[in-house]
Amino acid sequence: MKIVDLKNLVKIYDESEVKVKAVDNINLSFEEGDFAAIVGPSGSGKTTLLNLIGGLDTPTEGEIVVDGTDIGNLSSSELINFRLRNIGFVFQAYNLIPVLTAKENVEFIMELQGKKRKERSERSMELLSAVGLKERVNSRPSRLSGGQQQRVAVARALASKPKFVLADEPTANLDSKSTETLLDIMEHLNKEEKITFIFSTHDQRVVKKAHRIITVEDGHVVSDEKRK
Amino acid sequence: MIWSVSWRNVWRNKTRSMVIITAIALGVFAGVYTIAFMFGWVNQRINSVINTEISHIQIHQPEYLKTSDVHDYIPDIYKLQSSIAQKAKVKAASARVLSTCMISSAETGSGVQLVGINPEKEQQVTNLHEKLIEGSYFNEQKKNQLVIGKKLADKLNVKLHSKVVVTLTEMDGTLTGGSFRVTGIYQTANSAYEERKAFVRASDLQRLIKMDEHAGHEMAIMLNENNIEEEVTADLKAEYPHLKVMSWLEIMPDMKMMNESMNMMMYIFVVIILLALGFGIVNTMLMVILERIKEIGMLMAVGMNKSRVFLMIVLETVYLSLTGGLVGIVLAIVLTAITAQTGLDLSVWAEGLNSLGFDAVIYPEIGFDAVIGVTLLVILTGIIAAIYPARKAIKLKPADALRIEM
Repeated sequence: MKIVDLKNLVKIYDESEVKVKAVDNINLSFEEGDFAAIVGPSGSGKTTLLNLIGGLDTPTEGEIVVDGTDIGNLSSSELINFRLRNIGFVFQAYNLIPVLTAKENVEFIMELQGKKRKERSERSMELLSAVGLKERVNSRPSRLSGGQQQRVAVARALASKPKFVLADEPTANLDSKSTETLLDIMEHLNKEEKITFIFSTHDQRVVKKAHRIITVEDGHVVSDEKRK
Repeated sequence: MIWSVSWRNVWRNKTRSMVIITAIALGVFAGVYTIAFMFGWVNQRINSVINTEISHIQIHQPEYLKTSDVHDYIPDIYKLQSSIAQKAKVKAASARVLSTCMISSAETGSGVQLVGINPEKEQQVTNLHEKLIEGSYFNEQKKNQLVIGKKLADKLNVKLHSKVVVTLTEMDGTLTGGSFRVTGIYQTANSAYEERKAFVRASDLQRLIKMDEHAGHEMAIMLNENNIEEEVTADLKAEYPHLKVMSWLEIMPDMKMMNESMNMMMYIFVVIILLALGFGIVNTMLMVILERIKEIGMLMAVGMNKSRVFLMIVLETVYLSLTGGLVGIVLAIVLTAITAQTGLDLSVWAEGLNSLGFDAVIYPEIGFDAVIGVTLLVILTGIIAAIYPARKAIKLKPADALRIEM
C-alpha cells in the first residue's frame, strides 16, 4: 500500500540573489513497510526531500500525497496537526526535551494528541521497553548516552502511532556499537510491527541495513534500488 | 505537562533565572514596601483626623459653618446627643460649645477656638485625653480649667498651672473675658491643631458667654467602625434635614483626595517599576528563545501547535515573574510587619511633618487588596513581557529552526 507519493516535486530556495533548486522534479513513492534510505553527498537535496515528505517545508511545485492527503495544500496549522497524527521524526541531534525524563519525552507527544494519562503511561513504557530502555525511563536526556537518547527519540517518534517515521541522519552522532543497536531496533520494529522507516543518511552502516536505497544527486533521484 | 515543562524550563539556566528573579524581587519589594510606608503614613493621618480632631461625623447649624457665629447654635443639643448616641452604629456622641477668642498670657496672645466640652462624653469621641503630656484631662472639679496644645503653650510661654485670660464675645455681642488655669497640655502630630484648639468645660464656656445651658454648636459622633460614615451620614441627613450633617470626608476633602490620589499614585509607582522590569524580562526571554530555537523547531515539527508553543513561553515568563514577585512581596510583608511594630523614625523631619499634620514616626501597613493588586500586576507584566518573545517563537519555521547549528 502506497503511503507517500511524490509527483513532479520541485523545491527552489530563492532567499538570496541566486536561486537554488534543491529538489528538481522528483517522482517517488513509498510503500507501507518500507525500510528505505535516501543517500547522496552533502547538498544533494536529501534533507530537503525528507523535510518535504514530513511537511516541514512546502514544495515550490508538485504534489506530496501522504496517505491520500495532498499535504502541499494544507495550512501551517493543519500541517502541524497532520504531522502530529501521521508522521514520526528522529533527528540527527536527538532533540529530546532536556527537562523531561525519557518516559515524559515519549508521553509528551501523546499528550499533544490528547491521549489519557493511563494510555500514555502504558504505551511509553511499552515503547521504551521495545528500544531497550526499560531501566532508564526516569532518566533525563543529560543522564543518557547519545545512543540511548536516540533510542528514546525512536520511541517518541513511534508514540503517536504514525504512518511512517522519518529519520534525518539518525546515526551521525553515534559510535559503532550504538549505531548497530539502534539499527537493529529499527529493523526489528520494521519487520515485526510493519513500521515504515525513511532515512536520509550517508552512513554506510545504515545503507547496509536498508531494504531500499534511493540515491539523490543535485536534487534528482539518480537511482532507486530495492534489495528485498 | 506543558505547565510542568514551562516550570522546569525556568530552572534550566539557574544563574540567568536567578538574576532576573532577584531583579524582580527587589523591584517588587521596593514597590510594595513603599506602598506600605505611604499607606501607613496616610492612614495614621486619617486616624488622627478621626480619633483626635474630628470624629467620624459632625453636626452643626447650616449657617455656623459659614459664619462661625455663636448665635448659630443647635438649641436642644443634649437631647440630640442622647438620641444619636442610642443609634446602633453609633459608639458615642458629644455636644460642644464653640467660641473664637483671644487667649493671652503675661507675655503674648493668640487667636484660638475655644471648645467647650463634657469631658466624660468627649473621651468617647476623641482620644485627645490620651495625648496629654502634662497635667490632667479635667480630673479636678474646679471651674475654668483649660487644656491647650503644646504648640500654643510654647507660643504663649505658659506652663502647667499658669493663668491665661480669654477674651471673647457674649451672646449679646458684649466683649467679655475670663481667667482660666492651664490644667493640661496635649501634644498631637498636628502642630497647627495644637496651636488652634483649646478645651474648657462646656458649662464654663456657656456661663462665660451667657449661652443657654441646653444649647451647643457642634455634635461630634464616633461610630462603631470605620468605613460606614457615609452610610450613617446619609441616614442622619434624612433624619435631621434642618441640620448640616457631614462626615470627616466632607469636612476635610483634602484628606479624601489625598487618600484616593495616594492609592492611584502607588499603583502608578508600581507600574513604572514593573514596566522597567518588563524590559529585563523581555530581554531574558529573547535570550531563552534564541538558545532554544532548535528545540522549539523540534516541538513544532513533532506536532506542537503554535498556541501551545505560545502558552509554553507565556507560562515560563509568568512563572519567572511570579517567583520574583512573590519573593519581593513576602520580603516586603515581613519588613512591614517588623516596622509596623518598631515604627520608622523620621524625627529629623518632625517639625515639617507635624506642621502638615503628619506623625514623625511612621508605622507601615499593607492591605490584602494591595498585595493581591501587586500580584495581579506582576502576572500581567509577565504576560505582556512574554508576548514579543512568544510571537518570535511561533514565527519560527521548523525546518529552518532545525537546520540552525548551535
